[in-house]
Amino acid sequence: MSEVPIDIAHIAKLARIALTESESAAFSAQFSRLFDFIAELQALDVEHVPATAQVIPIFNVMRDDTIRESLDRAFALRNAPDVEGPYFKVPRILE
Amino acid sequence: MVCFAEDRCRVKTDLKTSEYEAVIGLEVHVELSTASKMFCGCRNEFGGEPNTHVCPICLGMPGSLPVINAKAVEYLCKAGFALGCAVAPHSKFDRKNYFYPDMPKNYQISQYDMPLTTGGTVTLPSGKSVRLNRIHLEEDTGKNLHHGGSMTGSEYTLIDYNRAGVPLMEIVSEPDIASSEEAEAYLAELKAVLSYIGVSDVKMHEGSLRCDANVSIRPQGSSALGTKTEVKNMNSFRSVGRAVKHEIERQRACLEAGERIVQETRGWDEGRGLTYSMRSKEQAHDYRYFPEPDLVPMALDAATLAAWRAQLPELPDAKRKRIVAEFGLPEYDVAVLTAERPDADFFEAVAAQCGDAKLAANWLMGDVRRALQAAELTLAQSPMTPAQLGDLIIMVKRGAITGKAAKEVCDVLVVDGRDPRSIVDERGLSAVTDRNAIADIVDKAIAANQKSVDAYRGGKVNAFDFIVGQVMKESRGKANVEIVRTLLKERLG
Amino acid sequence: MLTGHDIRDRIARRESTAVEAVQAALAAAAAAEPTLKAYLTLTPERALARAAEIDARLARGEACGILAGVPVAVKDLFCTEGVKTTSGSKILANFVPPYSATVVSRLEAAGAVIIGKTNMDEFAMGSSCENSAFFPTRNPWDPERVPGGSSGGSASTVGARSVPIALGTDTGGSIREPASFCNVVGVKPTYGRVSRYGIIAFASSLDQAGPLTVDVRDAADTLEAIAGHDPMDSTSVDTPVPHYAAALREDLRGVRIGIVQEFEASIAGDAKMAALYKAAYAELSRLGASLVPVSLAHAKYGLATYYLIAPAECSSNLARYDGARYGVRVDGDGDVYQMFEQTRAAGFGAEVKRRIILGTYALCSGYYDAYYVRAQKVRTLMKKDFDDAFAVCDVIACPAVSCPPFVLGAKADPVAMYLMDYFTIPMSLAGIPALSVPAGYVDGLPVGLQIAAPAFEEARMLGVAYAYEQATRFAWSASPKIGVA
Repeated sequence: MSEVPIDIAHIAKLARIALTESESAAFSAQFSRLFDFIAELQALDVEHVPATAQVIPIFNVMRDDTIRESLDRAFALRNAPDVEGPYFKVPRILE
Repeated sequence: MVCFAEDRCRVKTDLKTSEYEAVIGLEVHVELSTASKMFCGCRNEFGGEPNTHVCPICLGMPGSLPVINAKAVEYLCKAGFALGCAVAPHSKFDRKNYFYPDMPKNYQISQYDMPLTTGGTVTLPSGKSVRLNRIHLEEDTGKNLHHGGSMTGSEYTLIDYNRAGVPLMEIVSEPDIASSEEAEAYLAELKAVLSYIGVSDVKMHEGSLRCDANVSIRPQGSSALGTKTEVKNMNSFRSVGRAVKHEIERQRACLEAGERIVQETRGWDEGRGLTYSMRSKEQAHDYRYFPEPDLVPMALDAATLAAWRAQLPELPDAKRKRIVAEFGLPEYDVAVLTAERPDADFFEAVAAQCGDAKLAANWLMGDVRRALQAAELTLAQSPMTPAQLGDLIIMVKRGAITGKAAKEVCDVLVVDGRDPRSIVDERGLSAVTDRNAIADIVDKAIAANQKSVDAYRGGKVNAFDFIVGQVMKESRGKANVEIVRTLLKERLG
Repeated sequence: MLTGHDIRDRIARRESTAVEAVQAALAAAAAAEPTLKAYLTLTPERALARAAEIDARLARGEACGILAGVPVAVKDLFCTEGVKTTSGSKILANFVPPYSATVVSRLEAAGAVIIGKTNMDEFAMGSSCENSAFFPTRNPWDPERVPGGSSGGSASTVGARSVPIALGTDTGGSIREPASFCNVVGVKPTYGRVSRYGIIAFASSLDQAGPLTVDVRDAADTLEAIAGHDPMDSTSVDTPVPHYAAALREDLRGVRIGIVQEFEASIAGDAKMAALYKAAYAELSRLGASLVPVSLAHAKYGLATYYLIAPAECSSNLARYDGARYGVRVDGDGDVYQMFEQTRAAGFGAEVKRRIILGTYALCSGYYDAYYVRAQKVRTLMKKDFDDAFAVCDVIACPAVSCPPFVLGAKADPVAMYLMDYFTIPMSLAGIPALSVPAGYVDGLPVGLQIAAPAFEEARMLGVAYAYEQATRFAWSASPKIGVA
């Protein structure tokens, strides 16, 4: 099994997910099996191979600068867990 | 020893300024004045009722997808051309990933390694060139409103996403700026260029132009760079200048106290006039850029780029040089008159109408400005047309009204914006040019001011002007002053 | 049970009505539901109202489209205006979109009537439907077994013949694998063929919507209804949509079919599966096709490549579920970031968390080049393998899966589950179209044959599948335990 080079606590912080210790431990074990596969990629010589981010060879897909009707505010806010007046409301931000 | 808190590092203002030099780079965010947002059709407009310029796309709702606003790309490229940048033939968007509640998708669509333009320069009035690193296109965030006191002490936060997704270009300079004055001059020049080409409102107070400063200092003559801090939260050109000045002094004080500078983000506190550390243990940033898979790359063809370049108007620097050369006006006056394109256009139109650029300049910088201030208007807000002001100047020049009367007409003109002749007629402000009528007033004035007459005859030259003044007063400012002087000279010998 | 085109034709001939068809579908779905649990939401009122509308329009002599009056189901990640859309996740348990996905609008514009939203692996991450945050769906051929995933609900309800047509999405095999498991036709179109607007994203550069249907003709008609350029999706390609039904053919004379040598070596270990596919290739040959060996040398790297690219994109796509604007919120007793972290901890299931962590890691500075960029480069090699293969063949025929449907809980190890997509991932990475068509049974359980074609050659692919289907009729040669015969 591969060494798992992942600092799961740090990654979970970046991903903003509060993981339990048992979740972290389980992921760590599972990742080590997956990294057996991933390690195979490291053996390939891809130095001169271009990266494929998109499989479709199209460019310059843009729209004209025209205004479309916005959502009615009631619809914009309807799914919000918490609102105050016309605003979305969230807990305070500590900088 | 580490120095980060302002109270431990009081800025001493009596330090010698010769030992260190500042190295400053500015990151300027400019909202583009497109009709719609960067990636959706919502209105791009300052203000508006909260959360009314929003849709599934700019709210980052599940399943929504962005589509590039072609006009924003055009505007950025035009800015690039105006600033001498190289526009990239191939470019793409990337995602910048970090969580923040005013950012609906918790990533910002931006550009990482293939910005739309690279290079370029901003030339300061001093002649110094500040090099640009790049200009890239991205989307703005929404606005957080912090409730219950200060930002850090607030109970909760309210969010308005009207601004989320507004097209934003980030103009990154090289660290070529050496002082707070240069920083302000750089911003003024940038603002002038962008307002000339019409791609942004560039209103710092409305947030359509925002600026962060990367500041470091190093021993005079050294080529190594010192540790830099990033200073944020400035809301005017002047506060950028103040913040940069303060930060330079703070860093100098730290170094001279034998401490070292911490690389960090610092906020500018306008009220207290100092920068403070915004470091937070929470913020371990790793933006994890990767190509935006919901958009396809851009490959702008040469013909389109050439057409955009051809649409550029005369730029501020060229215009200033031309006006100075063409009309022989002082550089300072020209700089003031042409700071923004509508003002420059107005000036040129007035000069053309009245045939006298010098007079046009004097009026705009003198009486017109005073009248606008009194009426609490800007030139753009005033209904006055260049033709009307030009006509007024011609009337003065021809002696049809006196300078004093013209000031009164000007006060009305900036508010009403109608034919100056009708204002003159309505108020009976036509100059009195009838020699007999003026002679009567002159004679009365001589009789009433015998003391001054004697003084003048005794060699006091000033007394002559006093008597002229009395005549003008008597005529309610309407007497043609040349005639007054001629008649008075004849009588006093 | 009738196919979609049967229903449409009967309605057109006034032998039946849209309301009758929808009532029948609702009744069949309701009867199967206690066992199969294929639906997260059923929308009978909405469906019957729409069916009545269609009947009224038909009565006025108006044309109502290629799917007029046909009851359909859609996976619960297609946004449906005013109808709850969860993507199989607790974090969206209460989300009611104020807009519809483009494909939903197009399906309805073609006259189809949506009767409900089908169950799925949470955010389309899974191959068994067991990752649904709500409940697992069962296979109509054996309720002890999974229907496959992630489009498990759609495959199950079509497999049970409750509806003839359902929509799913395929990122690494999420249409083809459940189609194979439930004995239905499942089509993953070319990336860019069908709009992604309004489809809750898993991995943006791979996701593609497509039909799961009783037969190939329905797949052709449904694809025709939903395909085409959408100005709301920059990655939807502006190329004309053919009338796919016109490409359906009875024989395969002159068709060169590539047989992937690496896949044959891989399936050889399972004698029953190998025999089934050998028979399938023999049938293609009998129909007139010439079989040519082709190589996909980099296919073995598919899993590693896919499990870097897809999680990386998902880690970013799923960042928006933070409890601020929509969905479920769990407040910490602190600041907004605590709320984010608690909401995401409670709202996401284990598989979603696992992939977000993996993807976040793959994008981190210092690892990005070694993992994400390298995976994108291998993706280029994989695409080239297909280009080379299609230089000597017109379509590829290969296994859709490595096994028939397995019992619930059999693949508790995530990596064992990931291996289920071994034969489907390469086509996803290359962005080419591929489908699964019923190919027989192993131990009484259905298995599908995969047919893949070059980009935008869906017509060719459907033509081959139709000839095979008509010659073998595996969709009709046995009946599922649950559902309408």
